[in-house]
Amino acid sequence: MRNILAIIERELRAYFISPVAYVVLTIFVFLSGLFFRSILAQVLQMGLMSQLQAQQLGPRAMDMPGMITRGFLSTMSVILLFVMPMLTMGLFSEEKKRGTIELLLTAPLTDLQVVLGKFFAGVTFFLILLLTTWIPTGFLYLYSSPASGPILTAYLGLLLYGLALIAIGLFISTLTENQIIAAVLSFGTIMVLWLVDVLANNADSTTGKAVLTYLSIISHLDDFMKGVLSTSHIIFYMSLMLVALFLTYRSIDSLRWRG
Amino acid sequence: MITVENLTKRFARKTAIESVSFQVEKGEILGFLGPNGAGKTTTMRIITGFMPASDGTVRVDGFDVFENPIDVRRRIGYLPENPPLYLEMTVVGYLRFVAKIKGVPKEKIDLEIQRVMERASITDVADRIIAKLSKGYKQRVGLAQALIGDPPVLILDEPTIGLDPKQIHEVRELIKNLAGNHTVVLSTHILPEVEQTCHRVVIIDRGKIVAVDTPQNLRFQLQGAERVFMEIQGPAPEITSKLKAMPGVIDVHTVGSNDGRHRFQIEGELKKDIRSDLARAVVQNGWGLYELQSVTMSLEDIFLKLTTAEERE
Repeated sequence: MRNILAIIERELRAYFISPVAYVVLTIFVFLSGLFFRSILAQVLQMGLMSQLQAQQLGPRAMDMPGMITRGFLSTMSVILLFVMPMLTMGLFSEEKKRGTIELLLTAPLTDLQVVLGKFFAGVTFFLILLLTTWIPTGFLYLYSSPASGPILTAYLGLLLYGLALIAIGLFISTLTENQIIAAVLSFGTIMVLWLVDVLANNADSTTGKAVLTYLSIISHLDDFMKGVLSTSHIIFYMSLMLVALFLTYRSIDSLRWRG
Repeated sequence: MITVENLTKRFARKTAIESVSFQVEKGEILGFLGPNGAGKTTTMRIITGFMPASDGTVRVDGFDVFENPIDVRRRIGYLPENPPLYLEMTVVGYLRFVAKIKGVPKEKIDLEIQRVMERASITDVADRIIAKLSKGYKQRVGLAQALIGDPPVLILDEPTIGLDPKQIHEVRELIKNLAGNHTVVLSTHILPEVEQTCHRVVIIDRGKIVAVDTPQNLRFQLQGAERVFMEIQGPAPEITSKLKAMPGVIDVHTVGSNDGRHRFQIEGELKKDIRSDLARAVVQNGWGLYELQSVTMSLEDIFLKLTTAEERE
């Protein structure tokens, strides 16, 4: 356990010594703020419209804070698609390039400890990113009283989604010595997992459609955003994460064989 | 302390080392001498558990590298050919990280860092960023890293490469002082280096061991002693005793075996070519002869490939 913590600590230091952490944090906070503002404006406009309609058709209930958080947290999944590869690109590729992988793999650590240390380093930084989204969400709580249930499930969904993306990026960073290639490959892979959703909409057979929808990394987020907690979605993200972590572990093993 | 038996490593396109066997006694400094690409780094990487072997075994302090990798790694300090440094860290920060992953108890970490920094004479750069250090300092930070946790075995891959003569001298003195308490295996392609620091030398060329001896004996051999390597299929004890009884043969050692074929190192009297006699003996006894090689000849070839140009202090 102490070994894993040491790896996490070193990795986080490396994030914050290099400009990567600051660039990623700045862009993430800026973009999420921008999206929040535009979603807020949209929802307010809809509220105004419905008020006008209410004069003719009678009053209608509308969960404005809920709409805002749902819209805002859904867009987070898009931003994370771009941001996550930047967090994971260097995790193993840099070690390979500099030869420090030889230190890690000859220290009295198991390969699993090394993989978990790297994984949780990425996870820790991701949690910091998620924490920053509480700035806009906090304002909602300050000026309105949103239902906390859907917000919590939405965060749980984002968390699971993020864990899966980190595991995928981690695996890809074991494949190359080049950070840029790792980032582009991770981005491409995640993009493909996104786009199967589009393919699903165009699928002819119903089974094909069902399979493709199930494989889509984004279709499983919808229910979380609506406040629905379903085991099948949780299992999907967890298995995606575990498969990617297993591949990472195997990849390190093959790295040893090939030298 | 270290027993290497019939170690073989095959990569997709080439065999890096083949049937390498040798032993290192406790407190000994063993030099691993060979031209670039001879298989020194591969052998060291297998001993440290970085890389599994295709065949053969390595035991360190009784533990098998493949079966008890963690026990073995706990006993080894390893300096790879390129020191594994995190350039953005300070020297102290880096050594603290290494101490943590090596499992040095928390309360002893500061003392341990102080100890290895003094040992490697890098106390004056303790708080500097590693990226800004000179090559000599970087190499010594790498060495300090290997010393953390005071492991009984040190594996040093080309520890003096890229250093200036004064630093080379310091590192060699440091290694010599480590002997006794530590078992050291160091690789080099510089001939005078082994003469100055090592108790025993393993010479390796194109993946095979061609000689194991003290530096003095190797020098003596270069001056004309006869040594023949043979690979024979047959009963090893009988072969040894029969060959030993032959005229002109001084001594016979087994240096490894593979699939019932044994490799022998035969010492012959000076200026006497015993090769045809040996071949005849093998045939008459009905054993299978797979290889017969005069080592004195090939040793000279290898020594020619080695850097001998280094200036003597």
